[in-house]
Amino acid sequence: MSAATQGAAAEGVSAAATARPRAIRAAILSSPQALAGLAIVGAFVAVALLSPLLLDGNPRAKVGPIFEHPGSGHLLGTDGGGADMVKLLIAGTRVSLLVGFAAALVSAFIGGTVGLLAGFFGGKIDIALMRMTDYVLVIPDIPLMIVVAALFGRSLTNIILIIGVIYWTTTARLIRAQVKSVRERVYVKRAGALGAGNTRLITKHVLPQVAPLLIANTVLLVAYAIFAETFITFLGLGDPSIISWGRLIQNAFTDDAILNDAWWAIVPPGVCVTLVVLGSTMFGQSLEDALNPRLRSGHLSVRRFRMRPLGGQLDSE
Amino acid sequence: MTTNGSGPLLEVENLVARYPVPRWIVGALQRRPKLYAHAVDGISFSLRRGEMLALVGESGCGKTSTAHAILRLIEAESGSIRFDGQEIAGLPPRALRPLRRRMQIVYQDPYESLDPRFRVAATIEEPLDVHDIGSRAERRTEMLGALELAGLTPPELYLERYPHELSGGQRQRVAIAASLVLHPDLLVADEPVSMLDVSVRAGILAILDSLRDNGLAILMITHDLSTAAHYADRIAVMYLGRIVEEGTAHDVVENPQHPYTKALLSVVPKRDPRERTTPQILRGETPNSIRIPSGCRFHPRCPIAIPECRNVDPELRRPAGATAPGHRAACIRV
Amino acid sequence: MTPLLEVDGLNVWFDLPGGGELHAVRGIDFELDAGERFGLVGESGCGKTTAILTMMGLLPPNASVAGEVRLGGENILARGEESVSPHRWNDIAMVFQGAMNAFNPVQTVGSQIEEPMRLHGIAEGKNARRQVEELFERVGIPSDRASRYPHEFSGGMRQRAAIAMALACEPKILLADEPTTALDVMVQAQILELLSSLATDFDLALILVTHDLPIVAHVCDRAAVMYAGVIAESGTIDDLFHAPRHPYTRLLFAATPDLHAGGDRVVSIPGAPPRLDQPIVGCPFEPRCDRAFEPCPTVTPALKRVGDRHVAACHLNDIVREATA
Repeated sequence: MSAATQGAAAEGVSAAATARPRAIRAAILSSPQALAGLAIVGAFVAVALLSPLLLDGNPRAKVGPIFEHPGSGHLLGTDGGGADMVKLLIAGTRVSLLVGFAAALVSAFIGGTVGLLAGFFGGKIDIALMRMTDYVLVIPDIPLMIVVAALFGRSLTNIILIIGVIYWTTTARLIRAQVKSVRERVYVKRAGALGAGNTRLITKHVLPQVAPLLIANTVLLVAYAIFAETFITFLGLGDPSIISWGRLIQNAFTDDAILNDAWWAIVPPGVCVTLVVLGSTMFGQSLEDALNPRLRSGHLSVRRFRMRPLGGQLDSE
Repeated sequence: MTTNGSGPLLEVENLVARYPVPRWIVGALQRRPKLYAHAVDGISFSLRRGEMLALVGESGCGKTSTAHAILRLIEAESGSIRFDGQEIAGLPPRALRPLRRRMQIVYQDPYESLDPRFRVAATIEEPLDVHDIGSRAERRTEMLGALELAGLTPPELYLERYPHELSGGQRQRVAIAASLVLHPDLLVADEPVSMLDVSVRAGILAILDSLRDNGLAILMITHDLSTAAHYADRIAVMYLGRIVEEGTAHDVVENPQHPYTKALLSVVPKRDPRERTTPQILRGETPNSIRIPSGCRFHPRCPIAIPECRNVDPELRRPAGATAPGHRAACIRV
Repeated sequence: MTPLLEVDGLNVWFDLPGGGELHAVRGIDFELDAGERFGLVGESGCGKTTAILTMMGLLPPNASVAGEVRLGGENILARGEESVSPHRWNDIAMVFQGAMNAFNPVQTVGSQIEEPMRLHGIAEGKNARRQVEELFERVGIPSDRASRYPHEFSGGMRQRAAIAMALACEPKILLADEPTTALDVMVQAQILELLSSLATDFDLALILVTHDLPIVAHVCDRAAVMYAGVIAESGTIDDLFHAPRHPYTRLLFAATPDLHAGGDRVVSIPGAPPRLDQPIVGCPFEPRCDRAFEPCPTVTPALKRVGDRHVAACHLNDIVREATA
């Protein structure tokens, strides 16, 4: 498109608008916070993806004495069952990330749909959906999770659904606000005046505008979901047959790791949870800063201009 | 001209459009009566094919609401809108769809009215897509034709561009092309040039001018009397939801009858500094349309109001000073 | 007598994100006397707003400036911010574009106008409040409105308040950037009347920046027409309209519809202004000019005197001069 673009640009008024994807990429690349977050999350995802190669056999297999000190043949020692902590952590990474991402997607789907419908249609639909959102928002999440997990059984799917069903409210509100503003844009009204139906307006004009924000928000939700999974499992409401970071911490407690001074059984899974939550929060937050118009702010201190000598510069003309 | 000679294309009668004013919680609890902003409060006019009517007035006078009610973008409270003989007020959306093809709108802000992620081709094709018209090849011909009509030549050069690669004037031409691609009978132009640079305005208005000459009926909404005087066939001056004066552009500008029109004309700055006149400035701003004054709604600001004006709601009629038929004003003093 | 304000060879560049720079103001000169009403006219991107922001020293960090802005003979740009700041608001004040919408919604209008007074040590407390009331009366707002919030003001009233704020420190020069753009004609007339009367009654020099020629014709004594960062022509309003010496001035008037000039054809100017991030060779208006001739594409025309207080940058004037000489 070079020739046409050049021609248009030459007509002067084009500079202000930059294509959005490029702006987003620039925002990420220029923010150390985003890069660090991305690196942390990326490293864990890599470990999870490579886990079949890194693990041979059952990670719970007894490979040495219980609570063996780190270093002695096993990098992070062993847990209360004599299993290698490194292998357990790798297995836990897989499950924790799976739950985190899956629950975040469920959340984003529910929240995105609710926000889209409420923001697009407005009026009574908006009021009803937002009232519902408010109710879900004020329900204390941890007790609800405990109740639901106790009622519906302790499976991984249930954990994912529970977390997903609880954490969509902020997404719904964010997306609703954004959709409302896009809906008021003249080009959406124009398409409506043409006779375009709602489906077309949503899929062609509204959704593409809010999608990046939804993605950023989903990344943030991953952090919440991983933390929630750890918490629920730690409380003993997780699937007992599956190894996750929460389960490792819980096991360490039930095996009296603290009494045995076996810090290596508790601290590493805790550090993993902290790192992933931190990483996805950092990345998600920077994405949202770059995308959410409400968070962006201009700066008003505009006084540090430079004087330059007249001579040299004018020669260039 | 493609006119079929069977009367006006658009006839609006006693159109009323109002918006509920949100009550704060205290008001709702006290069960105060619901308040309405009477954006359009009973206006009537007609528009022929090949004619440009300018609705002129200050912000809040109801000119944009009138246009939106005609296009059924907002629902009219009451009144009749006949488009090509067919009553469209109250027509269900499904029955309205084929008519939407025939009435199009060009918005004020060309920076806002084009989807930034759509290339020009996609923007212009959208109307055809929505109404499921034509094959690929036919669509391309239509699109190129519309771009050319809108003065973007050669049209092929523009199809693949994004809005941010175009100047304001070019964007407005694209918006016009997108509305022409359906071959409408009625075009509503909502302040089509007010966001553009002076040097390109005339070009956009010239396009509308030539479209009108080819039989398109154009309803232009503007606050700029000079533009209206220059391009429109007829002008209707609105104040607080009513038409207060209506006539040919020449009659309204050169022989204004209503005191509001006179004041409005007097404050328009002239190009020629030697024509500087003392403007007859009305104090205050247009009162809001929630509490409309009794009688003649202009009387609180009117320089020639008499006590009677407080009680009599004047009708649009031919004033004594009018020299041409069809020149009407709503004032008991003229 | 030295003029109140002299702008001499003013240049402004902006560094662009991807390297390169935008030369927004390309050497402009003009003078302003006390109590004079001067118009700076041009289309979007011509550098008119940048020029007056520079006089206030209000430029972003990516800007660099060359040239002089002399206030009573003193170059206020000499030491950058250090030398501008004593004059900002005290001698030169500004009504920003959209200022009427820039009031803090949770603070009373009066207290927001007191702020510059406090900052510049003009008045404080009760004193400041009394001065705000005086200012309000001067700009035509009932003085009891000072304790009201911005949302209780109509658009025209907020614009008056913005003007009052600019007058808070009793400046000698008022810069007004598109002060009536968002307003209705009737309110526009009220604001223009106010600006004119401020100039007459208080000997305030006014620079009115606008794209709207009739507004300048209505309010100003003299004006400069800017195009692509330079002044194309400057002179009395009467000369600009009745005896323009630059094709751009003539075409700009011809592109402006007039209420009563029914017969005159309104003509647009084809093309668009040149890019300002590249050097411009020859006359910047040449590609759009209807009278361009041999030297125009290559030789940059200098701003030359063509009459009493009337200058223009057009090669056509050389021919006329040679012919009459």
